[in-house]
Amino acid sequence: MSKDKIKICEDLADIMPPEYQDLVEDATYGDQDRGWKDVGSSKELIEQHSLCAGCPESIAFRYVLASLPAPEDTVFVGSTGCTSLVFPHVAVQNIHSLFGNQNAIASGLHRALKVRFPDKVKDVVVLAGDGATVDIGLDMTLQSWFRQEKFTTICFDNELYANTGGQESGLMQKGFVSKMAPVGKLFDKVRLAEIARESGCHYVACLTVSKPNRVEKALKNAILVAREFGPTFIQLYTPCILEIGKQSMEGLDEMKDAESIGGRFVYKEYATDDVKKFLKEKDEEAKARKKEKKSAKA
Amino acid sequence: MSQYKVQPGPEAFLSPSAASMGIVLPDPGEAHIEGTIVPEEEAFEEAARKFLAAKVPTIFPGPLVLWHWNENAAKQATAIRKLANAIPARLIPMADYRPKYPKIDPEVEINPNHPNLTIWHNKIDVCIFVGVHCHQANLALKIIRGGTNCYTMAMCAQAGHEDACLSFRDASVEKIERLTAAVLKLKSEGVESQAEEFTQIKLNRQGRIA
Repeated sequence: MSKDKIKICEDLADIMPPEYQDLVEDATYGDQDRGWKDVGSSKELIEQHSLCAGCPESIAFRYVLASLPAPEDTVFVGSTGCTSLVFPHVAVQNIHSLFGNQNAIASGLHRALKVRFPDKVKDVVVLAGDGATVDIGLDMTLQSWFRQEKFTTICFDNELYANTGGQESGLMQKGFVSKMAPVGKLFDKVRLAEIARESGCHYVACLTVSKPNRVEKALKNAILVAREFGPTFIQLYTPCILEIGKQSMEGLDEMKDAESIGGRFVYKEYATDDVKKFLKEKDEEAKARKKEKKSAKA
Repeated sequence: MSQYKVQPGPEAFLSPSAASMGIVLPDPGEAHIEGTIVPEEEAFEEAARKFLAAKVPTIFPGPLVLWHWNENAAKQATAIRKLANAIPARLIPMADYRPKYPKIDPEVEINPNHPNLTIWHNKIDVCIFVGVHCHQANLALKIIRGGTNCYTMAMCAQAGHEDACLSFRDASVEKIERLTAAVLKLKSEGVESQAEEFTQIKLNRQGRIA
């Protein structure tokens, strides 16, 4: 899809419900500097969602979708889990894969898009939960990194199988007791960020979604690096408030606790030297664009 | 040959897929009426008669004709508007396939996951799907046949829909125009539209303007 295709046929435009007219007029397609600050002031690519009230995953979705550098040329690959309940509501192309094989699907899709659209930049982004990424799909996840497939993998880490009642996952913290894991987890939380780095990811970030600026920066970095270098990985802590016994309004506090000093989700970022240099250049380009925009406004 | 007829429902909560009952798709140049393969010309006339005899004839344009993918989509949209004016029929869009929560407004849109809501709310007795991707059209057609008494038609860009009561195949601007011509021909022969009076709902970004 290209942004000039997101138009309504003139002869039928007056029967289209307002939300679609807003999408054409007021969405941020085509603006490479779009970001989380557009949330609430522009037409968002997700509005209604079917997640629980106050679910941090829904916040993560908003920030991720608002920060994609080119949503009109992006295809998401999702997997079974809470995330798969949201994708039908999202105004970005997406594919639902079988549980765990999302990175294999994304590999094929990225190659196919390259053949079909040789002159265009098409971003493929895998977005799956921790069960799909680390347990059931770990093989596919790792193999795509070993093969240096050029796409971004995002893991919404809620540290258990949330929508099936709270079973233990590889990313669950040691000792944690959940409804369907009453004995408590016996081994450590899998260090996925480090595994990603060692498996060939050129850019890795691990963070919570309590700070939208950070989520935006990490996502943009990951996608830009994936275009040029190879696989990238972002692990986002999106706690399941239901399964850890919190109230709707306590998700943010839970994330802030988890990212405080000594917590499981203290912000960490790995990048190769080449990538660091590349990202610095991109930052400077973005700053120059902002400056230009400001002076044009003035 | 199958004895099964693809007729308006309500057939059953889970109506059988017409293909499983032995209904086959038409070849190029043909269409099917209630599962019987007929020459396309005959289907154009039958579709036109159904539209003119209906109290609430309705066209459901889908994403392939609502969105300006290319010039052909725009031309099809123009042809659909002419068809709606000729009958006259309501236009209710199926802009995308999301299951909408908490609910859709059935007066202004239709959704493939619960199309029966739009049919029931507007008391639609004859409808045609144009520009809806096959999988979603099949889903909607079966739900409609299962739970409503609406006569369904499909203007399919591929090989046709066995789950519609009447289906064309290889839809194009020309075929939509031929359907319009068939409606106008019947009208010129004295067949009058039985459609109840209505005002086509129009919308802008603020909401309804008509």
